Amino acid sequence: MKLSRRNFFKYMGAGAGGLIALASVPRLALAAWNEAAFTADALAAAIAARYPGLSVEDSGAIKLKAPAIAENGAVVPVSVSTNLPNVKSISLFVEKNPSPLAASFDLTAQSVADISVRLRMGETSNLVALVEADGKLFRVQQEVKVTIGGCGG
Amino acid sequence: MKIKASAKGDVVKVKMLIGHIMETGRRKDADGKLIPGHYITEVTVVYKDATVFHAQLGPAVSKDPYLAFAFKGGVAGEKITVTWIDNKGETEVGESVIR
Repeated sequence: MKLSRRNFFKYMGAGAGGLIALASVPRLALAAWNEAAFTADALAAAIAARYPGLSVEDSGAIKLKAPAIAENGAVVPVSVSTNLPNVKSISLFVEKNPSPLAASFDLTAQSVADISVRLRMGETSNLVALVEADGKLFRVQQEVKVTIGGCGG
Repeated sequence: MKIKASAKGDVVKVKMLIGHIMETGRRKDADGKLIPGHYITEVTVVYKDATVFHAQLGPAVSKDPYLAFAFKGGVAGEKITVTWIDNKGETEVGESVIR
């Protein structure tokens, strides 16, 4: 094909557009939204979908901060931090929610393993935090008593 | 959305508040019909072309999500960019200068 001046600029434009499109989706470098894990309706299934093949062990090196009693289940403040090295992700599960996986955070080499979020809890339930570090899964959990559920209409 | 990023030493702490209904898909309207789910699925924060935070969210995250995280190597005066996308493909981009 003959490369005319007009075509040259057309292709240059297309190339630049492609580059811009790539630059604007850096999230592709990290895991995309894990639909299977977020729609699983039981805790074990949600964990298996989010972390296939990883076994879980309890850890004292994770700090989970959540209220013992949440008056309003629609807004339950939760924080997770840890000193464990090489943390790859942190996930929060509400055992008795219709879909237990509430949020999952993918960390990078630059990250500090310290996240906060506000969650909905339908009823009194165990809140489970899992930290993925060095190819292992570490767990800490706490019961949160809910006075008014956060999932009703 | 509101974003606050403050540098202390080598660590930048970021807090954000995103206005979003976070409809769970389990509520019913006055006629007893299910209201379709509408919630943010991903939040990505970029600093100097590198992703420093990525959150996958489900409908169990409260309405108008609040998120806080921290990362190393950020400098005051530089910018961070926050992008979210929801399950309907709607998206918003916000910027904030680190203080």
